Amino acid sequence: MEWLYSDIVKDHFMNPRNVLEDETSFQADGLGTVGNIKCGDQMLVAIKVKDGVITDCKWKTYGCASAIASTSMLSEVVKGMKLEEAYHITPEEINRRLGGLPEHKIHCSVLGDKALRAAIDDYYRKTGQEDKIQKEKAIIVCQCMNVTDKDIERAVKEGARTYLDLQNKTKIGTVCGQCKEQTLKLLEEYVHLYG
Amino acid sequence: MPERIVYMDYNATTPLHPEVKKALVEGFDIFGNASSMHTLGRKAHEEIEKARKVVADFLGAYPEEIVFTGGGSESNNTVLQMIDCGSATCRCMSKGRLGLVTTQIEHPSVLNVAQYMENKGISVAYLPVDPTGKVDMEAYKKALAKSPALVSIMMANNEIGTIQDIRTLARMAKEKGALFHTDAVQAVGKLPISVHELGIDYLSFSAHKLYGPKGVGILYVRKGAPYCTFIHGGHQEEGRRAGTYNTLGIIGLGKAIEIASKEMDEEVARVRALRDTLKKGIQDRIPDIHINGHPTDTLPGTLNVSFQGVEGESILLYLDMEGIEVSTGSACASGSLEPSHVLLATGVGPELAHGSIRFSLGRENTIEDVNYVLEKLPSIIQRLRKMSSAYSVPSLGRSA
Repeated sequence: MEWLYSDIVKDHFMNPRNVLEDETSFQADGLGTVGNIKCGDQMLVAIKVKDGVITDCKWKTYGCASAIASTSMLSEVVKGMKLEEAYHITPEEINRRLGGLPEHKIHCSVLGDKALRAAIDDYYRKTGQEDKIQKEKAIIVCQCMNVTDKDIERAVKEGARTYLDLQNKTKIGTVCGQCKEQTLKLLEEYVHLYG
Repeated sequence: MPERIVYMDYNATTPLHPEVKKALVEGFDIFGNASSMHTLGRKAHEEIEKARKVVADFLGAYPEEIVFTGGGSESNNTVLQMIDCGSATCRCMSKGRLGLVTTQIEHPSVLNVAQYMENKGISVAYLPVDPTGKVDMEAYKKALAKSPALVSIMMANNEIGTIQDIRTLARMAKEKGALFHTDAVQAVGKLPISVHELGIDYLSFSAHKLYGPKGVGILYVRKGAPYCTFIHGGHQEEGRRAGTYNTLGIIGLGKAIEIASKEMDEEVARVRALRDTLKKGIQDRIPDIHINGHPTDTLPGTLNVSFQGVEGESILLYLDMEGIEVSTGSACASGSLEPSHVLLATGVGPELAHGSIRFSLGRENTIEDVNYVLEKLPSIIQRLRKMSSAYSVPSLGRSA
């Protein structure tokens, strides 16, 4: 009988690699935590860095099977990787290496890349390289009115709860309306996070 | 392959009782349409009426008060749509009243219909519950003061097992002139029920929760209580529910009830003892847990436990690898972003709701099954907690 996830996911879930089991003896150069227990997923990534290369990566994850497996996979992938390269790992890349996750799982459970970026930022901060910290790029959702996911996030933080609220604040989807479905999805996620 | 298969998800559904299975196999040959006048048709009709009598006797009802349906969801839908059935000439339930009172912990087949009715302009009160899952009586009194047409409160909750005091709730509704429906899908066969003693107007039940087949259930409708047909198109069930009689399903349902009427007391005591052993065993072996639901007024086989710092889907899948089959209130398992609405309503908070596991025990479970779970579960929780960022991370100044 087929399992819920791919064999690779199952393997990483059942035999997770590089779990941070002894926090006190692992001297991390950079530490990052993202996610929220309330939402069901939280991740902590700890890295060691030498000469601009990640020499070790350990993690802890609170979450479902795909959250655990994706952090485990990430920790394998980034070892030996240059910081600049590791900085740009995407959820899609992790998803591909895992042999594909169910679509509804990707956005909520693949947070490892963000935790890793937070850990790298932490390392940059500790070593006086703040200039290397990059703001997360915004993605344009509404092409007509040039509204990004960050704009939607901000609007929700400021109190928008419905599609109409969002439109009043950002003018999103007021021209062709093609982005409505994507907007509603993002709205639901942000309301869930900040509502 | 796991050493053992332990099914502890009886609240989701149950396997067929061997005697039900036997009755079904024999029933396959009774293919006549129960509405036909010839011998084969009359044979089917006879079997259906036999089952109706068995169900009626078990619930303390009259046979004509039992309507066979396609299951619990259909029964619930049938009752709730009666508040405003849409027919211009039919105001049989409302009599000018258009309100519904229900609770925040109902099954989706009540809650979602309530929301649908709300969209149609019906005012709906969703009663809060206390931390044990019992209905907030003050809120109930207030809601009744607004003269609703119908109250719908489940007899026992599917997730946490809490049993409501239906007799009192129904009496209060009656005093205010409201009709009373109870979703008893989890309760029938586990609690003694007499519809007339309880003073209720409608009751829903589904056969597959009690070792019967899937896709068949009943709606009890008190004699004289308003009724609007939900599925139109035929004279079956005295015009109350159209569709060719599901003879086979009804035979299975009747058999399941017949067995329950003989075995219930003994079986309930046995299952409750197993459940209590499991509860005590988990409490003794695993720290930082929370037992959800009511300490005493609970279904015999239901045990809902939250494990701090671990997420339910992960626990469920690790248990599944060991052959132990349970369910969880975590969001990951629900397909939405929200964890169990029932647990949230009891106020345990999202973290413990995400980390909840429901063990629901039934007739095929033994003490060996319970011991097997108690052997496997602690190390699974320990393992997941070790890799959890939400449980004991001392270097970050956080601890469980």
